[in-house]
Amino acid sequence: MATPQEPILEFKDVSLKFGETWALRSVSLSLKPGETRIIFGSAGAGKTTLLKAVIGLVGVDTGDISLFGRDVASAKEADLFPLRARAGVLFQEGGLFDSLTVGENVEYPLINQKSNRSSNLIGADTQDRAKDALTFVELGHTFNQFPSELSGGMRRRVGIARAIVTEPPLVLYDSPTAGLDPITANTIMALVAKERDVRNSASLIVTHRYQDGEIMSDFRYDQEQGDLVALGDGKDQALRDRTKFIVMKEGSVVFFGTKQELEASSDVYVQRFVRHGDE
Amino acid sequence: MLDFLKTLIASFQDFLFLAGRSFLNIFKRPHYYDDVFLQMDVIGWGSLPIVILIGAFSGAIIALQMARALNAYGASSEVGTIVSLTLVRELGPVLTAVMVAGRNASAIASELGSMKVTEQIDAMRALGTDPIQKLVTPRLIATTLMLPCLTVIADVIGLIGAYLIAVPLLKLISGGEYWTSSWQALVLNDLAQGLLKPFIFGIIISLVGCFYGLRTTGGTQGVGRAVTEAVVSAMIWIFVTTLLIDKVFVGL
Repeated sequence: MATPQEPILEFKDVSLKFGETWALRSVSLSLKPGETRIIFGSAGAGKTTLLKAVIGLVGVDTGDISLFGRDVASAKEADLFPLRARAGVLFQEGGLFDSLTVGENVEYPLINQKSNRSSNLIGADTQDRAKDALTFVELGHTFNQFPSELSGGMRRRVGIARAIVTEPPLVLYDSPTAGLDPITANTIMALVAKERDVRNSASLIVTHRYQDGEIMSDFRYDQEQGDLVALGDGKDQALRDRTKFIVMKEGSVVFFGTKQELEASSDVYVQRFVRHGDE
Repeated sequence: MLDFLKTLIASFQDFLFLAGRSFLNIFKRPHYYDDVFLQMDVIGWGSLPIVILIGAFSGAIIALQMARALNAYGASSEVGTIVSLTLVRELGPVLTAVMVAGRNASAIASELGSMKVTEQIDAMRALGTDPIQKLVTPRLIATTLMLPCLTVIADVIGLIGAYLIAVPLLKLISGGEYWTSSWQALVLNDLAQGLLKPFIFGIIISLVGCFYGLRTTGGTQGVGRAVTEAVVSAMIWIFVTTLLIDKVFVGL
């Protein structure tokens, strides 16, 4: 079991090659509870592969991946299910099941854990918890609709609800704001920050928008106001420091550091993701 | 050329791997009975109209063609025997399988393919469900159970279709003679291969559909490609295996 001081996720020198191209090249990183990593990188830099490697959706060639203190890289698919149950994932397109209603989609991980007996949810009312998660993303009214009836931004929010319904200590977000208008994108990022600050979960966020990283780094969710508030400079510095930025290029991590360090970087490739990250 | 053969053998190996895992899953928990019954409804009940139609027409066509051929030998009273042998041994199983392959191998490949390209398969794995257990095994069970049933129905309907041509229309023999001769023509060997074939074809259709669906890449275009590949290879394998089974049973 990982204690608060120990990282819940650790990559040690992880590499993966697809044919002749590096998807991951000597990637090392670690993540503690409540921390956030923002991952930037051009298309094909290995960002999505990195996320998928975390929960063993893609196998890696060399290196160690440890999730909640367990080895992922060499684990069998069946052994990964209990680990995956503790990590929420938001897929790029939402990854919602078309054949199920929104409510059933959100309920799915709960029912699944119940039937796999990978958590002691027996007796808990899964439907109520699914409703709570949908209310968290402000979509409680869509419970009986089908994903195809929702807009892209709403589907993304349902995806977030499904990712967090089991209250996982780690949430992986694959491009939560891609292809959305700025207002919807900010709503989504506010939810991501809310999830982090209300439940103290760790998050790994792949994104193209610099603003997404700014929101995670410079704001916190205030439950009393029900909104994001900007962090001050003094005692809030510790809160700022939980958010670090990773820039990937051709599978390698070419930058790792805080927002100030990112903005101060003189690397041309890294600078592309600052401010004008949208290209 | 060598690369082509390599990819061919590699995908056959992947196919065997998928087949092995989906068979093993039949005996493993969790069981998705709901999905099995849903697929049985879609594949079995859903294919019934087309199977009845094809069965009736194929029976009628054999009767018509054979009436002329048998007449040349003065053996037109044997029409029941001929129809029942060709239907039960070969045409019933193969035509039914071809219809179900066209209908369901394509449906399976497109459904699973769409799920693959929209990351629903990955989502399923991420949420702790084995896609083979949840998607492939129910389709395998459903198709393998339903295809023999559909084939028996097609055989019976085909015999009725042939009866309508041979007895009321062409008046070759009496109804009683027709049914007696068609029943007595069949021996255990015929029934065995007539029921073994759809069982094997069911495995082929479901697994080929799932196989091409699950390895779909390249967005919606890829789904179309997967469907075409699934139907074409399912049909090829149906004809190849029917020849192999015939070879075994003719020798018995």
